[in-house]
Amino acid sequence: MYQEIFKKYRPTKDNLIYILHDIQDNDPHNYVSEEAVQSVSEYLKVPVNHIYGVLTFYTMYSTKPRGKNVIRLCESPPCFIKGCDNILNKLKETLGVESGETTTDGLFTLELCACLGLCGNAPVMMINDEFYGDLTEDKAETIINTIREERA
Amino acid sequence: MNYFRSHILIETDEASVQQGAKDIMAALKQELAKHKLDKEINVLETGSLGFFERGVCLAVYPDNVVYGDVTLNDIPQLVEEHFLKGRPLSRLMLEKAEKKNIPLEYAKRIVLENSGNIDPEKITDYLGVGGYLGWEKALTEMKPADIVQAVKDSGLRGRGGAGFPAGLKWSFTAPIEGVQKYVVINADEGEPGTFKDRLIMEGDPHKLLEGTMIAAYAVGATKAFIYIRGEYKLCIARLQNAIDQAYEYGLLGKDIFGSGFDLEIEIEIGAGAYICGEETALIESMEGNRGIPRNKPPYPGQEGVWQKPTIVNNVETIANVPAIITKGSDWYQKIGTPECPGTKVYTILGDVAVPGLCEVDMGTSLRTIINTYGGGMKKGSRFKAALVGGAAGIFLGDSMLDVKMDFHNLAEYKAVLGSGAILVLNDAVNIVDVLESVIRFFRHESCGKCVPCRNGNEQLYRSIKKIKAGLASEDELDKMILLADAMYKTSFCALGQ
Repeated sequence: MYQEIFKKYRPTKDNLIYILHDIQDNDPHNYVSEEAVQSVSEYLKVPVNHIYGVLTFYTMYSTKPRGKNVIRLCESPPCFIKGCDNILNKLKETLGVESGETTTDGLFTLELCACLGLCGNAPVMMINDEFYGDLTEDKAETIINTIREERA
Repeated sequence: MNYFRSHILIETDEASVQQGAKDIMAALKQELAKHKLDKEINVLETGSLGFFERGVCLAVYPDNVVYGDVTLNDIPQLVEEHFLKGRPLSRLMLEKAEKKNIPLEYAKRIVLENSGNIDPEKITDYLGVGGYLGWEKALTEMKPADIVQAVKDSGLRGRGGAGFPAGLKWSFTAPIEGVQKYVVINADEGEPGTFKDRLIMEGDPHKLLEGTMIAAYAVGATKAFIYIRGEYKLCIARLQNAIDQAYEYGLLGKDIFGSGFDLEIEIEIGAGAYICGEETALIESMEGNRGIPRNKPPYPGQEGVWQKPTIVNNVETIANVPAIITKGSDWYQKIGTPECPGTKVYTILGDVAVPGLCEVDMGTSLRTIINTYGGGMKKGSRFKAALVGGAAGIFLGDSMLDVKMDFHNLAEYKAVLGSGAILVLNDAVNIVDVLESVIRFFRHESCGKCVPCRNGNEQLYRSIKKIKAGLASEDELDKMILLADAMYKTSFCALGQ
């Protein structure tokens, strides 16, 4: 099932990061499964432990199934000063999960991340590929509710 | 060709797009068409106009009016007032005082001269403002050694944080013969508070390409990579578009301008690790490994990507190169300070009246930057300190306000210029809180290779938690200073230091 993805890349180790991105982006649960790692290992002739090393090193990858929508809230100093902790609490409350967890309906995973480079609009979060800036507690709640209605 | 009486430049950088810039652009075009003005007034996309926290901004030329916080509902009135009746809509104009304080066009802007003035998705716009003249000059009139010398003479220093002289770096790699060499542009911007590279790439991607081309020719590399962090989707799209156009125009590829020189440029995408901003970690990541720094020496200039000589330069550094070639190193050297010529891009954040972006001469003081370009402190707040250089930077207090800021001068005060992020704090902010956030950041981003950084940051985090909870005794602070000093001396790379 990963052959379609492999076709796009030559079997050299420097393509590992791309292949993992591609697999994760096409996975319904936003993660790289054990089975996928095994396939990549065979395709690239790279040991499984190396692939896990890479997967767990970079924050954009996950080895655990995640929700349809991955929320990444920035906790770096510029967002911190603008009150990202309050946003985090609001998100936890709205979603009913702690950071790192996925909601039971499988819609959201809440994660914390480092600077997203949109500090002019702090506090900022990313949901999948979309940025949301100038967050307030109300705004964060509205965003979550809108997505919930749209994609439920 | 159609002649337009006015041009509306709407900023479509990542920040504006997420605030609806694309919809506003579509509405604007529609409204203009409704009034049959679409043949007279041109709507163009451009990079950041340099204002933050001002929503979607747009500039009208030749009127030189800038509107901020534009929403969909404002469009009908804006078109009617400004373009039908010919009187600027004062309600949305960025305040006069603001405009006086923040010159919209600085004479000395080098890196950002085109951002906010041209359409970053059209190569013809860049060519129209003299783009790629430096590349043509370099390739047809200069020898590689002349270019290395010119960059050396210009005194250009790396803008990624360490401030290493760029020409000197190139001169180590240029003479190596008989092997494949590479140029890698470090666009893995992750220093908290820093997004100058994003604005350069979103606002003027061709300038970065031109600089990359010149650098590659100077050191004899036939392949260049631009390593961009995975989160910067718009940068990736804009740069890929720019690369495609450059191939189409024969600026990249085989036997460019009939010189016999071949060059390919490719984009590499990161996966989210602050440490990959360190050049050897970035190289590890390109090879498909964990981004853990390598031993130095050998330096990348001798053994870099796939053990081949590799030049790694920051986006802002490279964006200075075209101007050095077209205008000469003498011209460049007169800007800024003798030790650090040129300009520096700063992002001003926090409790200032007008958070924004500025490109000023090296050596400009913090006071000038805050007062002139940041519009002073926010009403009712007093300056306490500024965190300069991102999370890896240093807090500068009152006494440092008038120090001339460049790599050389700040080093004397044990401070750093770093990436050029300035986070201004007012006197109501608790430094312990900010410090906690900084340490939390490093605790998370430490790659785990060496003990001082891995365990040290964890220990510092515990201490600051203790202090915050009011459980620490007075010597806790001394312990932290002692530990931080040990980390500085023994850490493997600049992250721990």
